[in-house]
Amino acid sequence: MVYLIQVITMKKDTIAAIATSLGEAAINVVRLSGEDAFTIVDSVFDGQTLNDAPSHTVHYGHILDGTTTVDEVLVTLFRAPTSFTREDMIEIGCHGGTYVARKILELLLSKGARLAERGEFTERAFLNGRIDLTQAESVLDIIEARTELSLTLANQGLKGFLRDKIRAYRRRLLDVVAHIEVNIDYPEYDDVEQLTDELVLPMIADLRDSIEALLAKAEDGKVIRDGVKTAIVGKPNVGKSSLLNTLLGEERAIVTDIQGTTRDTVEASLNMGGVVLHLIDTAGIREAADAVERIGIERAKKALESAELVLFVLDNSVPLSDEDDTLLSLTKHKKRIIIINKIDLKSTIGRSFEDAVQLSALTKANMETLETRIKSMFLSGDLKQDTSATLANARQIGLLKQAAAQIRDAEQSARDKMPVDIIEIDLKNAWETLGEITGDSHGTDLLDELFSKFCLGK
Amino acid sequence: MVDVLVIGGGHAGAEAALASARKGKQTMLVTGNLNMIASMPCNPSIGGPAKGIVVREIDALGGEMAKNTDKTQIQMRLLNHSKGPAVRALRSQNDKNAYARCMRGALEAQANLELREAYVDKLLIEKGAVCGIVTESGLTVAAKKVVMTTGTYLNSHVLVGDQKTQMGPDNQKPSLGLSPQLKTLGFRLMRLKTGTPPRVKRETIDFSKTQKHPGDSVNRFFSHANHTPYDVKKQYDCYLTYTNAKTHEIIDANLHRSAMYSGNIEGVGPRYCPSIEDKVVRFHDKPRHQIFLEPESAESDDIYVQGFSTSMPHDVQEAMITSLPGLEQAQISKYGYAIEYDAIDARQLWPTLESKMVKNLYMAGQINGTSGYEEAAGQGLVAGVNAALALEGEEPLVLRRHEAYIGVLIDDLVTKGTREPYRLLTSRAEHRLLLRNDNADERLMDIGYQVGLLPGAMYEAHRQKQREITRLTETMKGIDLYPNEATNQRIVSLGTKPIRNKTTFYDLMKRPDVRAKHVQVFMDAVFDEAILERVEITAKYEGYIQKANQQAKKMAAMDAMSIPRDIDYDTIHNLAHEAREKLKHVSPITIGQASRISGVNPSDISILLMYIKQNKTKPSV
Repeated sequence: MVYLIQVITMKKDTIAAIATSLGEAAINVVRLSGEDAFTIVDSVFDGQTLNDAPSHTVHYGHILDGTTTVDEVLVTLFRAPTSFTREDMIEIGCHGGTYVARKILELLLSKGARLAERGEFTERAFLNGRIDLTQAESVLDIIEARTELSLTLANQGLKGFLRDKIRAYRRRLLDVVAHIEVNIDYPEYDDVEQLTDELVLPMIADLRDSIEALLAKAEDGKVIRDGVKTAIVGKPNVGKSSLLNTLLGEERAIVTDIQGTTRDTVEASLNMGGVVLHLIDTAGIREAADAVERIGIERAKKALESAELVLFVLDNSVPLSDEDDTLLSLTKHKKRIIIINKIDLKSTIGRSFEDAVQLSALTKANMETLETRIKSMFLSGDLKQDTSATLANARQIGLLKQAAAQIRDAEQSARDKMPVDIIEIDLKNAWETLGEITGDSHGTDLLDELFSKFCLGK
Repeated sequence: MVDVLVIGGGHAGAEAALASARKGKQTMLVTGNLNMIASMPCNPSIGGPAKGIVVREIDALGGEMAKNTDKTQIQMRLLNHSKGPAVRALRSQNDKNAYARCMRGALEAQANLELREAYVDKLLIEKGAVCGIVTESGLTVAAKKVVMTTGTYLNSHVLVGDQKTQMGPDNQKPSLGLSPQLKTLGFRLMRLKTGTPPRVKRETIDFSKTQKHPGDSVNRFFSHANHTPYDVKKQYDCYLTYTNAKTHEIIDANLHRSAMYSGNIEGVGPRYCPSIEDKVVRFHDKPRHQIFLEPESAESDDIYVQGFSTSMPHDVQEAMITSLPGLEQAQISKYGYAIEYDAIDARQLWPTLESKMVKNLYMAGQINGTSGYEEAAGQGLVAGVNAALALEGEEPLVLRRHEAYIGVLIDDLVTKGTREPYRLLTSRAEHRLLLRNDNADERLMDIGYQVGLLPGAMYEAHRQKQREITRLTETMKGIDLYPNEATNQRIVSLGTKPIRNKTTFYDLMKRPDVRAKHVQVFMDAVFDEAILERVEITAKYEGYIQKANQQAKKMAAMDAMSIPRDIDYDTIHNLAHEAREKLKHVSPITIGQASRISGVNPSDISILLMYIKQNKTKPSV
């Protein structure tokens, strides 16, 4: 409930997003819209107090994380209703590169902004009468897609150890919250001890420590990573593995075997002309030496589901087969680069492809053409860095920070000797915040917990 | 022809009839047995966490329950005193006989209200609207509005052991005609179950083997109205005992004979009020369960065995009871039983509690799937006042979730529905720091007065109290405290640390160990308890209350965006399938309500908002 209200639907809350595409641009713009935009930026901005500044002015200053300077920025102010969304808006111009913009966004999220959904600035512009429907036509489709996306995010947004960890934190919080609820709703129930500030404090301090440790790790860059999810597809023996090895062999590899926070196992990441590619499900490539001749459609399908870019490999030295055609039609709606490999061998492929990149992974001939192609697709906007993965990550970090802050508030209340009822407010909020990360609903969780754990009732 | 006809004389029916009659509407209350008006077929107690606050809210809105409880209580306690301002709640033990008699007196004394003893057999329906009733004896009464508060009487069965009898609570005749008719009218009926424990004779209990639970040593009242002080020493005590291994053995050995476990019951029972069989089965490792012994009436010897609800056969009940410490010789005066009954799916009601399918028909209480006297009474008041307001062409009374527990209750019912008897718990409210026992008047008296229920004198007293609260707050903010020896001596005498900087008494009160009443150390004046309490809570929890208010404001904004009643969800193309079905099912009247339906995603809400904006359909009623 609270999640719904605070986080998504209410058009009055303050949203934030990186407005520029995350590439190797010289500057990035982080933008906010909503009634708390000024207050939120003021809380991290070292410079003039923006709350007092007039609309349509630009201010120089620094963004601070506590006492640490994150970046030197220019801040542009737009006051409602003379802004794109007709709400208070701020644009923060910061330095280029992924790190700084991301860091600023995370800071804003931890100060109460929430990550904008795709198309949400436009949606607000429409709802507030700034643009008409023809201008916002695409927004409905975007929102529709969001339904799918949010489901996917909720179901698969994060995986493996991180999800389990956060679920475990929620579980621990729920234990405390349910315990307090039983104390409150069943005051005469003598089976559970009455929780006091002194008892609650160590329980939640420990939990907050764990969350903060996880956050520290995330900030090291071990957890988040932006990039284009890329699948190398092709029937066995077309040279997928040599292509991969050549790509990696040129010291482009960043890391390998990251249990990522995305739904896919990123097996390798590499930087091609400033664009980070995450190679997903390359297992097929590694098995290519395997004598078993399987077309591998199932595997390809799985990788394709989430791939933003497909590197489609064909063998120049053998005639095009039915398997090739099946895979071709399977990938035709994807952003795709057709690679005709083995140009060092005699061509018997028997078909020509417009726009195909001809290269030899073995001799490394024409590898730079591939790099140029990827780069130009990215620059032309044809190819985007994987937003769902990055959004999920920035969002996760922001929410994790928020949860930690909420627990800290609860600790403070406990030290101030506030009654357990008051302490529980922040704990419940933290529990709901963590639920937003994992996408777990919470409507009746608490009651279920109460009644499954305690024998209550008259 | 009457204006408003109320079917049923329980806690919902009584409040509904009073609300309608107090608004000057010709009202008739029809019930099967006038002696059963406002009877308490289960526990002899009112209030407790969340529920006690509902009683305060009923009072602030101009209802009767609080006054009736105050007049007939035999023990009063304020629960959760140390656990926080938002969860403090009053609970009373009441004299059952006196309670029912007193409420009947209030109904009989009420102008515009006629009481009639009869069983209603059918609703008269014309053009999709109810226009009266027919009793079992064939009498027809025309009515402009009908409020159904039939409790657990619809098609009810009482179950004891392997016996299943068509019967209502307390050996009353069930109501058989209405259920089939509701079904024909399109209501989705569900089968619910609840139960009650045996009663034992007071003089057969050895209380020395139990633990005494007395009432509070100060006067406490549910009602905000003028109070008649009572002698706290004359309160009745309750007692605590426990089940033991022997009790559990008896239950285990006879489980197959329990109505609950012999497959005799189809209804869904409440998790929060399980039978003792349930407790023993589900929590098998627990060596003992608490059992409270509560007096039922000053006029009878019956002791209510709270926590011991059962549908075992009589011989097993006897063995179970005599296994309890202190009850070795106890004689049962009334056996426990389970009861099954029909309830409707409350999602078929508007938040006004009027039926979506049958116009002018309102429903309140257990028929809507709730349990509890307080939950019933709160709904009864809302249904009754809305029937009357509709006759006047006035805006209905719909309380928001941040305004009242009654608002939480009704919103939950009509938005989410329920599959088990619904009980209010403090955890159901998002903003319970706003929904406190102490501020029910501040939250609701304006509304109660506006809808024409709250008597002028009570409203005036409330205004006066608010003025005094403001004055005391200002006074406290004006008491400057300087860190000199004389002042610090006084401050230390309050049990707190001396101050180092200049402050005011108001800010000093934010310390946990400083109380509002300590203001008397710094000024010569006496203040009312309730006023001190409010000022103290407001000061001590200022930041938290502000935060809650901000969140509530957002929720209120969503609840202020109405959805046209004639909206056709099938024409909104981008809605997800599940959301479309759920929205059609519930027909929410505001965006806020829509957002609380499970299965309706935030993106669906966005689409809905855009659609409404796009179509600029006429605003809903």
